[in-house]
Amino acid sequence: MERLRERFEPLGAFVLWSKEVFVSIVAHRLNVRDLLYQMYFIGVKSQSVVFITGAFTGMVLAAQTYFQFHRVRMDHATLAVVSISMCAELGPVLAGLMVAGRVGAALAAELGTMRVTEQIDALRTLAAHPIDYLVVPRFLATVITMPLLTAASIAIGIAAGYGMCRIYLGTFASYAYDNMVKYTGAEDFLTGLIKALFYGGMIGIISCYKGMTCREGAEGVGRATTEAVVYSSITILISNFFLTLVLNKLLQPA
Amino acid sequence: MIEARDLHKSFGAHQVLAGVTLRIQKGESVVVIGRSGGGKSILLKHLIGLLQPDTGDVIIDGESIARMSERQLLRVRRKFGMLFQSAALFDSMTVAENVGFVLRREARSHPEEIRRKVAEALDMVELSGIQEKKPAELSGGMRKRVGLARAIVYRPEIVLYDEPTTGLDPIVADSIDQLIVNVRERLQVTTVAVTHDMRSARRIGQRILMLHEGRIHFEGTPEEVFSTKDPIVNRFVAGVADTRNHNF
Repeated sequence: MERLRERFEPLGAFVLWSKEVFVSIVAHRLNVRDLLYQMYFIGVKSQSVVFITGAFTGMVLAAQTYFQFHRVRMDHATLAVVSISMCAELGPVLAGLMVAGRVGAALAAELGTMRVTEQIDALRTLAAHPIDYLVVPRFLATVITMPLLTAASIAIGIAAGYGMCRIYLGTFASYAYDNMVKYTGAEDFLTGLIKALFYGGMIGIISCYKGMTCREGAEGVGRATTEAVVYSSITILISNFFLTLVLNKLLQPA
Repeated sequence: MIEARDLHKSFGAHQVLAGVTLRIQKGESVVVIGRSGGGKSILLKHLIGLLQPDTGDVIIDGESIARMSERQLLRVRRKFGMLFQSAALFDSMTVAENVGFVLRREARSHPEEIRRKVAEALDMVELSGIQEKKPAELSGGMRKRVGLARAIVYRPEIVLYDEPTTGLDPIVADSIDQLIVNVRERLQVTTVAVTHDMRSARRIGQRILMLHEGRIHFEGTPEEVFSTKDPIVNRFVAGVADTRNHNF
């Protein structure tokens, strides 16, 4: 019993802390300037990694699908596979993993360093609540920017996939394009955006928590950073499975 | 008035505070001395509510703060200014942004007035004209002064100093001591400092408390501390590692 309690205590602490964050979002005035700055840092500065990921995933997906489908004379379905995969799965998941790596690490390292150099204590003595001042803008910024990054990544992935189809199919690429428009529904795209919203929230809250509760010294910061990236990524991959099942049930027409 | 009643605090199996009771009057200047790692900074952090005691209570102007939530504490902390051992300046901000932090957040003052108050506070710590510098460009002593300016710019009633002279050369350390005394005299603040620097303790303190093995072991004026026959205080004041090497 005691061991069980020890195992679950950190999870309980995390949940209580997350509750504080939500209370702060609802009950306290947000500093819009801080939010915009974080959106710039988290969103705009992540564009290049997310776009490159999207483009190359779209291209490799188109090539691979074409190689397989060509054998069974289904070339014209290539782009439909690319677009649905990009919208519902690869777009949000890969963007999520890239943002977890870039932003999650940066958030945990920044907040962790502030903690070990007593800057967070200093903030508290200056009558500022660290959750209001540091966590909320960062959390909201990841929640807002993740769907935007994902949407752009999906668009770029599909465009790159279309480019590959032009190379392999030549003028027949327009058939593939028609099929893509026919088989891809708004619900596929919506699935991707909702997933991205969740992933943004997970990356934000896990990374900020890891930074704010970081242990002493350089080792503590290093560990917090690693854990932020690992836990965010694992959470994204596991929750993706469940989100796929739930969203499919909710959004797909019977 | 600051009052601590029977404070106990442990980290894991290590007990740091084992029943600290103290009382600090308004306007008084008190120095807590004791060995490094003996819990002086921990005690100081209890007084401002950065740490919560396992048992015991801290009372600030008649209000018990030991069990307050972080949000309730924000209001009480407005009475305090604190200078950290490492100064703990926000390294992403300039000196002016650091010093004006509370004023900007409260958003009661006009930007022009904030600028004026920041300049005034920097003047008081004898560092005019460095508003646009970043903390990384400053020396250790300058950082402490900026930290002090940040702690006094909003006119708190109590200023806490965590090892104000540690890591500074004797001349800079002396100027920081001088500043602490100046701040106390000009702003009429209650001063609580923790230090293991006896020279500094003698200069700032009107009353000195010695923390030993988690309790207040000795209490007295600087003269009393330097003239007492108490072996533990004696050894600390003289800086002798072991009683066998007693040779004064």
